[in-house]
Parts: sequence; structure tokens; C-alpha cells
Amino acid sequence: MVAAAAREIHDGELVFVGMRLPMIAFALAKRTHAPRATGLFENGIIRDEPASTLLYTMGDPANLFKATFCGDMISVMSLLQQGRVNVGFLGAAEVDRFGNLNTTWGRRNGQTVRLPGSGGACDIACLAQRTVVILAHDPQRLVGRVGHITSPGNGNGGRWRRAQGLPAHSGPSAIITTMGVLRFGEDGEAYLASIHPGIRVEEVLSQTGWALRVSDKLTVTPGPSEGELAAIREIDPSHFWTKT
Amino acid sequence: MTSAAPSKLVSMQQAIAEHLPSGSSVLMGAELEQMIPFSAGHEIIRQGRRDLTLVGPISDILFDQMIGAGCVSRVMAAWVGNASAGVGYCFRRAVEQAIPRAIETVDYTNFTLAMALHAAALGVPFLPTYAALGSDVVKSNPNLREFASPVNEDRLIAVRALHPDVAIVPVQRADAYGNSHLWGNLGVAIDGARASRKVIVVAEEIVSPEVIASDPNRTIIPGFFVAAVVHEPWGAHPSPVQGYYGRDHAFFTEYHEQSRKQEDFERWLENWVLKIPTRAGYLKQLSETRIADLKVREHAFTAPADFGF
Repeated sequence: MVAAAAREIHDGELVFVGMRLPMIAFALAKRTHAPRATGLFENGIIRDEPASTLLYTMGDPANLFKATFCGDMISVMSLLQQGRVNVGFLGAAEVDRFGNLNTTWGRRNGQTVRLPGSGGACDIACLAQRTVVILAHDPQRLVGRVGHITSPGNGNGGRWRRAQGLPAHSGPSAIITTMGVLRFGEDGEAYLASIHPGIRVEEVLSQTGWALRVSDKLTVTPGPSEGELAAIREIDPSHFWTKT
Repeated sequence: MTSAAPSKLVSMQQAIAEHLPSGSSVLMGAELEQMIPFSAGHEIIRQGRRDLTLVGPISDILFDQMIGAGCVSRVMAAWVGNASAGVGYCFRRAVEQAIPRAIETVDYTNFTLAMALHAAALGVPFLPTYAALGSDVVKSNPNLREFASPVNEDRLIAVRALHPDVAIVPVQRADAYGNSHLWGNLGVAIDGARASRKVIVVAEEIVSPEVIASDPNRTIIPGFFVAAVVHEPWGAHPSPVQGYYGRDHAFFTEYHEQSRKQEDFERWLENWVLKIPTRAGYLKQLSETRIADLKVREHAFTAPADFGF
């Protein structure tokens, strides 16, 4: 999952890193195929080098130490609005078939629960050239339609984003789950593009909350190489963010 | 600053008593996950303030604690929870079950909240942005309104200027007049201070005006914005202060466990806030070993910059 996320980062890109797994993915990409990628953090940090120790939040002292830039939130988040940010990573409680995210109102055992909210996720989903969503594959979380669009994906499909006034070159690019990678068709709907090693397509379909389309060119996600695994262990030695 | 100017140094107790009445809107957590004014929030709880509006992009568990203590009627934020451990249970209880009281939530995104403060800092009624277009955040927040651009064909969101009554801004060092040095990520601290009617600065160290003037690029708040300066070492614990102390990750995890149920939270509140009247007492309870663990292990001073002429 982390290795697949890291591969979404291309060398030389500006990346909105976010927290948790994407932090590991960014550090991994920097150590492997994308040494010239630059990490952006919405609290006002820009880093050419990932932090040297595991981060619990983007404001941890290790993330400020030896940063390239420390300034205010607007000076970093405005890069999104300028269209300069290539890729942004997001987590979510729920994602739907059009890549819309909900992190505001969840459902648990039939009851509505209040979740923390957008943070910078909505801004990134609106304005980054590519948005990559990372979450555990669970039918409660990959749902047909989210009840609340905290962070817009492709709305209800088609040209929805343009109709809302969102930038032309922006929007969801991939959903990376514990079972596979979903990508988006021209119509804005997600389809299964690859399955992780050892996972069967039927399992993915049964764990998805809508009738997920499967690519004609379905592939198996390349598993983490030994080098990637070693790097992940080095970045997260206590497995705080990478459980398996 | 002339030496004749009056010092603004007061205790935390005095600062809150004088400048933060019930019903105020208060900006906290302007520097996001670092430098959260926990000691100020705890004093607000102890002084029994009610009907506050909390403003901040995220305030980690400080907002959760103040909501759980019943001080809050409204939250204007982008994210409320526990940054390293997950949800904020007090926030959930208040929104879902009105425990200990009902609260209104006005949801922002980080960028739109920053823009709201920036608009106020610029002295304009709103600023335009493409962020949040198409989201339900806009539908639920009356301070975010879609409009047609007057200069091209675009649709944009007008973010209404936000003027908190009080901003509480932790800084590494300030002089007695409120001129403040802050380093590290700045979040919305500069705009937040300028947007607010009053500013309370909480400083790890009090220095002379000469120290401030030796490095004016590091000054984020000129003293004339500032109503009160509080000297409160370790005032941001368990959040970190660059160059002073690290983040007490375990404290956030412990709080998460100990706030899961309302009665447990009440015990936590009694133990860490209500029964301890000062920050000195809080630090004593925290224990010397825990404090020693959080101290800076390896200092990293910046290269000197020459202001000579």
C-alpha cells in the first residue's frame, strides 16, 4: 500500500504530503525513484529532504528541523491555487464511486457520528493536479455515494468538476486500498486497475460498496521490492503507521 | 519601543480575567500542531468561561478539552480531533449528544479559514478562492458564498473576513511590550494576530527589546497589536515548541484513552486542569523525568545573519 502510494510520486514533483501513511510514502519515494520531489505541508513547511525521524504530526520538531522553508499556511497552500502542486495525498473515512471524500459525518452501526472534518483535504482535492486517496478496503468505507462531500472528487461524474468551477487540470487520480488500486475513467467513475499480490478480484468486489468495474487490463500491483521494504522499516521502525 | 512604554507582562490568570470574558470568540492553535496554547486554554476552563466561539484551523486536543469542559457554544474550524490518535471524543459527544452541552459547528477548510483571517488582516470584507468549490463545506457554512468573478468567467468562493475577539499566540520569545519572535512553521499566526481585536502573547522567554530588534525578520507580531504578554515556560505542553521542547506523543494517546467516556474525561479534567491552579503545578505533576525526556537533545542554531551597515 505504501509502496504503491510512493509510486504515485514522480521525480521532481511538488507533493502535498499530509499525515500518516503518505508521510511514509513520501519518504520512501525520496529514497527510491523520486529523489528530487519536494514535500509541502499545509502548516507552512516545504522540505526537500524528508524528516530524519518518524513523524506523528506534520508539526513535529523533526519536520521543522532542516526544512527548506518555514512560513505561513497561505504561502504553501496558495501553491495549490496556482496550479503548481502535482499530487496531493488524502485519507478518508469514506470514498465513493466518483472519488468524493467524506471526513465530516460518518456512519457507525446505523448512527451518525461526527468526524474531525476537512483540515486541508478539501483544498487539496479541489486544487491539486492529481489526488491520491489512501484507505483500508472495507465496504463501509468504499461506498456508492458519500453522505457528505467534504472533499470533492468527480461529483456525480461526467463534467461535474468543470461545472462547479474547479480547475481543468485537477481531480482524483487513484484510490489505493489494502486490496488494490482504483483509477478513474473518462466518465469520472472509479474502476479496479490493479489488485495487490495474493488478493482475488472477487474479494475486492465483495468488499466494495458498489458494483465496481474492473479494467480489461487488470494487473497485479507490483509488491514492494526488498529495497522498498527495507526503506519502510527504516522510516517506521516501530510500525506505528505501517502495521504489517 | 521607548523605555517609557508600559510593560504588558501579566500572569496567565490576569490575562484571561481581563481580556477574555464569556461569549468571546478566541483564536487558538494558529501554529497548528506545534505551539498550541494549552496553559491558556486550561486557565480559561478554570475561570469558568462559557459560550465561547473557538476559532482555529486545527487545535489538536485543546479544543476537545474546552468543549468537554462546557466552555464552548460554537466552533469555527477546519479539523477538530486528536492529530496523532484520531477523533476527539468530547467534540463528538457535544455534537452528537449535546454533552455537556450542544455546540454549533461552522466547518471550514484550512485554506478558507486562513483566507478568512487574511481578509480581516488586509482590512477587506472577503477574499476570493477556488478552494472548496463543489464541496458540502460551502453549503453548510454561511461565511463561504459562491459568486461570479467580475473580471472573467470563473466561479469563486467569497470567504468572509473573520475577526476573532482575542488571539492567543504562543511564541518562543517576546519583549515586555509584546514584540514577538516566532520561528518554525507559522500557520495562520501572523494573519490571526492582525485579524483579532486583542492579542495575548504567551512566551517561553522574555527578552529585551534589543534582542527583538537584532533580528526583525523574525518578528511576527509588532507589540502595538498586543494587549498582554504572559511569560509561561512549557505553556504549550504537550504540543512542541521548536528549540525548547518536543511533542509529548504519549500524552495525546493517554488523553485519547482517558476521554473516551464522559466520566473518565471529567476525571482527566479534574486531575490535569481544575485541581492545578498554575502551570508550575502542572509541570510538577508532569514529573521531572517526563520533562527531561522532552527537552531539546541537540541544539541547532541558525547561521547568523548580518544586519550591519
